[in-house]
Amino acid sequence: MADVHVLPRSAVNIASRSDLTEVPFRGGGFIFKSHKGVGIIGFIVLFGLWELSVRAGWVSPVFLPSVSDVALALWHLAASGDLWLHLRASLMRFFFGWGLGTSAGILLGFCIGVWSLARGIGLPLVSALFPVPKIALLPLFILWLGIGESSKIATIGLGCFFTTVIATFSAIDAVPRNLIRMGQSFNVPPLAVLTKVVLPGALPGILACFRITTSICLIILVSAEMIGAQYGIGSLIILTGNLMQTDQLLAGVVVLSMLGLCIGYALSRLERWLLRWR
Amino acid sequence: MELVVDNIRHKFGELTVLDGISFTVAEGEILAVIGPSGCGKSTLLSILGGILQATAGKVYAYGKPPANSLNPLTYIFQDFSLLPWRTVEANVMLPLEHHPLSRDEVRARVDDVLARTGLSDFKTAFPKQLSGGMRQRVGIARALAVNPAILLMDEPLSALDAQTRDLLMEDFLALWLRDRISAVYVTHNLSEALYLADRVCVLSRRPGRIREIVTIDIPQAERKAPAAQVRLAELHDAMWKLIKGEAQEAEREMTHG
Repeated sequence: MADVHVLPRSAVNIASRSDLTEVPFRGGGFIFKSHKGVGIIGFIVLFGLWELSVRAGWVSPVFLPSVSDVALALWHLAASGDLWLHLRASLMRFFFGWGLGTSAGILLGFCIGVWSLARGIGLPLVSALFPVPKIALLPLFILWLGIGESSKIATIGLGCFFTTVIATFSAIDAVPRNLIRMGQSFNVPPLAVLTKVVLPGALPGILACFRITTSICLIILVSAEMIGAQYGIGSLIILTGNLMQTDQLLAGVVVLSMLGLCIGYALSRLERWLLRWR
Repeated sequence: MELVVDNIRHKFGELTVLDGISFTVAEGEILAVIGPSGCGKSTLLSILGGILQATAGKVYAYGKPPANSLNPLTYIFQDFSLLPWRTVEANVMLPLEHHPLSRDEVRARVDDVLARTGLSDFKTAFPKQLSGGMRQRVGIARALAVNPAILLMDEPLSALDAQTRDLLMEDFLALWLRDRISAVYVTHNLSEALYLADRVCVLSRRPGRIREIVTIDIPQAERKAPAAQVRLAELHDAMWKLIKGEAQEAEREMTHG
């Protein structure tokens, strides 16, 4: 190796220079720090103020029962078994409705995504029907299918169907074309390109839409149950509201919040497992 | 197996991108295709492998591919085109899955190419966990796994930094010196062409026509030797003269829209 000259360390002699100014640091702020456990503070303050204002008599417990009353009502509902009747009815409708709507939506979305004729016919239809608030169709479904479970399930299913169709074919559109061409260049058969390249490539988009469709379905579920159902969290809320049993009404709301949280948690676990390559 | 390219012309709408391209790729030869950006190099490569249909002209294979070849014309892509949800070995396995091979045969092929590309320790890694150079090694391993007759390489090193590029170039040359797989090597980098190619096909700016086909008359194994440097420099200058004017014109055309 030829001689390579390196500036010796001693060449920079800071002590001997009097005209040095240090470059000031200006990169502070805008950095997210993790504050573990502080999330609970918001709840403590909110519930504390709420409890206090009821106990101090600032608001009437008829209109706003205290936190402890709501907790008690929830306990009684659970102990009497009523809660499970309502919850079971709601869960059954939710999962059948969402499951059917989602499966059908993915199927049609896949057709529209990979087959141009299906897109030509299907896309205008989907675009026209997507903006209709699906709960508006419940009365029609009641006429067609009766007041029982099927009309509610159909409304819930329809509520997530169109969103799923749109999310599925958009996710397929977003699969990089070069990956499909790669498959073709290795003579991978078309069906295998669909299952090995297109489907896994579209999966993140499809899973992301589950978060939206589950919350849509929860809204439709509660609305449909308020319109006419013997059991269900929605019917519990409308019934106790009519009887001014606001503690039980809020207990129902708490259950809905828990339900939403559980579904969200389950979805993020599913995502983390299916998309562990990310 | 040889590749015979006969009078290829290609248009995108009204725009002619390739015109009158004819050449052959001999058995065991690396033919580099070089030209200014937008001259249709990548389009040509897509046509050669049958994933794009040329407006006119034909590409022929002459002779038989090796007996155990599963995909005679095999691409190595600029962007690697790895499936991000598959591990390294599963990516290499993809082109084998639709062939009637036994588990052991697949295993043997995959292990062999992973060893040859230095990836044995990264079998279970996902592409995201690998550096760019390692990802392209996976791309090369996947291509080798099908025993190609001719490799179609689309700027395989352009997405990599300069040091990784040199490393991969040396590794690829070592692989090639062992197996002598023919290759069409599209690049815009003269030194890659000078280091790897037997012949360099210099394309003009759009519409891409063949300006000249330059033979690099020094065996690949000797190109790092001091004795070769004068001749390589001559060839470099000759090709740079051909390309320079084209590149300048192409750039001017782009700025004017």
